[in-house]
Amino acid sequence: MTDWIDACGAEDVDAEDVIRFDHGGRTYAIYRSPEDDYFCTDGLCTHEQVHLADGLVMDHLIECPKHNGQFDYRTGEAMRAPVCVNLRTYPAKVEGGRVLIGVAS
Amino acid sequence: MKRDYSLLGEDARRAVQSGLAAAEWYHSDVPRKEMKAFMAREDQPAIRDTIILFGAMATLAALGVALWPSLWSAPFWLAYGVLYGSAMDSRWHECGHGTAFRTAWMNNAVYQIASFCMVRNPVTWRWSHARHHTDTIIVGRDPEIVAMRPPALFRIVLNLFGILDAWNGWARMLLNASGRLDPEEASFIPESEHPKVIRVARIWVAIYAATLAVAVWTGSILPLMLIGLPRLYGAWHHVLTGVLQHAGLADNVVDHRLNSRTVHMNPISRFIYWNMNYHVEHHMFPMVPYHRLPALHDRIKDDLPAPNPSMWHAYREVLPVLRRQLAHEDYFLRRELPATARPYREDFHAAAAGNAA
Repeated sequence: MTDWIDACGAEDVDAEDVIRFDHGGRTYAIYRSPEDDYFCTDGLCTHEQVHLADGLVMDHLIECPKHNGQFDYRTGEAMRAPVCVNLRTYPAKVEGGRVLIGVAS
Repeated sequence: MKRDYSLLGEDARRAVQSGLAAAEWYHSDVPRKEMKAFMAREDQPAIRDTIILFGAMATLAALGVALWPSLWSAPFWLAYGVLYGSAMDSRWHECGHGTAFRTAWMNNAVYQIASFCMVRNPVTWRWSHARHHTDTIIVGRDPEIVAMRPPALFRIVLNLFGILDAWNGWARMLLNASGRLDPEEASFIPESEHPKVIRVARIWVAIYAATLAVAVWTGSILPLMLIGLPRLYGAWHHVLTGVLQHAGLADNVVDHRLNSRTVHMNPISRFIYWNMNYHVEHHMFPMVPYHRLPALHDRIKDDLPAPNPSMWHAYREVLPVLRRQLAHEDYFLRRELPATARPYREDFHAAAAGNAA
């Protein structure tokens, strides 16, 4: 069962950028791709628990601000050392100008 | 207090226990939109610099070979050596961060070449440098502390000629090529990466073996003047600039303004060093490419201690501190912040000192 959580307004995230969203004791990262698609992953890097929302989005990659490890934020796949463990992803959709993320209840 | 720089020692254990390891560090306040512009990647500056660098190396090496064995070849070798044994240090560094180029394969290609020149296994050192950024100058955690306390001055002098670092690199290469890792490096490299460490070491051994074979076959050290020896006779510049990064400043703190140094340098040194003289800025924001560090410096300088105006000025500041640390290793230089700066974060420094007492 998936709960859809209202995370932010669609315009709160710039194109090719990321913002942080905290909910239920967890932190998430919400991305807007260059094609205006929205994605959601865990908010902390799997390497050393740094907030990815402070990092750099390039095309479909998020680069961690601490050690420059990279993930594909669409799939969570670890793309560049020092990250080796994939990032957990969550479904995201836009309804009525709001970004909703799907979290298992 | 006596410091234990081993990654498996008492200070390492204490840093983890106190929360000093992997702590939250101070950052100057830069709005997200501005920081995004500073972090943005492009290929053009690094392509230009790489063409200049490799072009200069090829030209200097060709002149050195053409004039060999005359003494007239010496200036060309000295210049080639600095590009091989020092400029490659900064290329290793920037491309290791992945910030020099926007295009990943360009970063990786220059990183592999620079790692070979500097005799630093590209897999091992990626992890070592990640630790240096997580735990900058945290005793027992940072594997890249150059000027320890008391300062190992003789070691630094030897490294001006690459003597310890290069020999250790070659010894480590042979160890890795035999299929083994040193226990300390195994402490920060995930097991899944160990085969890559070994594979690179074996490729390097093959390159050095081929170079040595040509030298023996031709009865000349000329092949070694091109590959291998420049790591020794050209190392001085990267040591000269690198020592200034952190020497004489605080250890066991979580504020890069206390443990890192920004020094204004001449344009040639900045080309060789790829702007790593902006070292506080680099540590605070490691995602900013080398070519934007001067602009970042201008943006946050009101929150930083004043930079040293020259290398000469910086050494006049550092050397007396190092001399004093020979007898009093807890002594360090604490530079004044401008009135516009937010105060230093000294919480962990005080806590670490308290734990040690």
